[in-house]
Amino acid sequence: MSPLSPKGTGVLTETTGAAHARILGVGGYRPERVVPNSEVIDKIDSSDEWIRERSGIISRRFAAPDETVVDMSEHATREALAMAGLEAGQIDAVIVATVTHPYQTPGAAPILADRLGIQGAAFDISAACAGYCHGIALANDMVRGGSAQHVLVVGVEKLSDFTDPYDRGTAFIFGDGAGAAIVGPSDTPAIGPTVWGSDGSQWKTISQRDSWIETREKKIDFPAITMAGQSVFRWAVWGMAPVAQKALDAAGVRAEDLDAFIPHQANMRIIDAMIKQLKLPEDIAVARDIAETANTSAASIPLATERMLREGEAPHGGLALQIGFGAGLVYAAQVVVLP
Amino acid sequence: MAQSEQEILDGLAEIVNEETGLSTDSVQSDKSFTEDLDIDSLSMMTIVVNAEERFGVRIPDDEVKNLTTVGDAVAFIAKNQS
Repeated sequence: MSPLSPKGTGVLTETTGAAHARILGVGGYRPERVVPNSEVIDKIDSSDEWIRERSGIISRRFAAPDETVVDMSEHATREALAMAGLEAGQIDAVIVATVTHPYQTPGAAPILADRLGIQGAAFDISAACAGYCHGIALANDMVRGGSAQHVLVVGVEKLSDFTDPYDRGTAFIFGDGAGAAIVGPSDTPAIGPTVWGSDGSQWKTISQRDSWIETREKKIDFPAITMAGQSVFRWAVWGMAPVAQKALDAAGVRAEDLDAFIPHQANMRIIDAMIKQLKLPEDIAVARDIAETANTSAASIPLATERMLREGEAPHGGLALQIGFGAGLVYAAQVVVLP
Repeated sequence: MAQSEQEILDGLAEIVNEETGLSTDSVQSDKSFTEDLDIDSLSMMTIVVNAEERFGVRIPDDEVKNLTTVGDAVAFIAKNQS
């Protein structure tokens, strides 16, 4: 019997997208409850001074018990839409980056889309603290590839639900919040090439303590997120500074051209060490939202961006280098024009 | 070329001084990084990475916790440098 041959009669049509894409608006949502260091120190036998020295964190926000990642995302999205001058109905794709949506399935994105009256594509991505930069990379390619016109990218976490308050390595680090960006067509280049990658050999460095199966079989406690701080510090500083430099090179700009440096808000010590490794000029504004927001994983970069624009630390239309890095281990960096 | 333990100690003292501001004289073999020199885990990692570069050794993350005293670090570097 001869092998089947294809019919060969159908010719596919391809989409074509916008010449360029840009971030049209950003928004942030910080839960109402401010949690100072004094509230977390007893369970980890620590002090306000100890936490500030090791992380630069003064306080964080915790969401209300009944406040969900979808609730927080909705607030941040409405702000981003307002800045972009768009209606929710103009969004045709929703990407939610999170590791703390408490349903294994379905994702948070379709629920968020429904809240906003959007029926376009909606899916979650799991890239931890690098999730937002992964989302911007996807949104950029979707707009330029023609699979969407306006993409909503949300980074959101309710880490207070997934943190062990007795774990000295993480209890003081994490916070809750949401940040959103709208990516749409542009006449000029406004999102540089994404430099991204992974090192899965270090997957245990930041991880849920046990799998859901182990949790069920062994009847153990809720599996909080654990982190090997020293290893993360080494990777983040000496591994990520070269990635940030590559993102600058790929975009064809120099560090001196930047208006802002917006790294993932992991730890103030990591931020300071990265600046040193990058030899970043002193006059460039650096995001330090971590002091009052702590590490909000996927939400940290859009939250820091929103704050820098709102407080006049970075100019609308300015160039910002953003880099996310975290559990996986995974990372993504790109230079963007601020909305 | 491999360096003597005294040369490694002197070099390590300079690295500790740069990271923490502690005088090089205070960095002695019998001193504990955490107990005596009050160096926290992140500063320790900075010292480790700078020592790797200076002495041409690889100090794995798992090994760092075994380097309790300055002497432990000097001995590890002396044994492993190329």
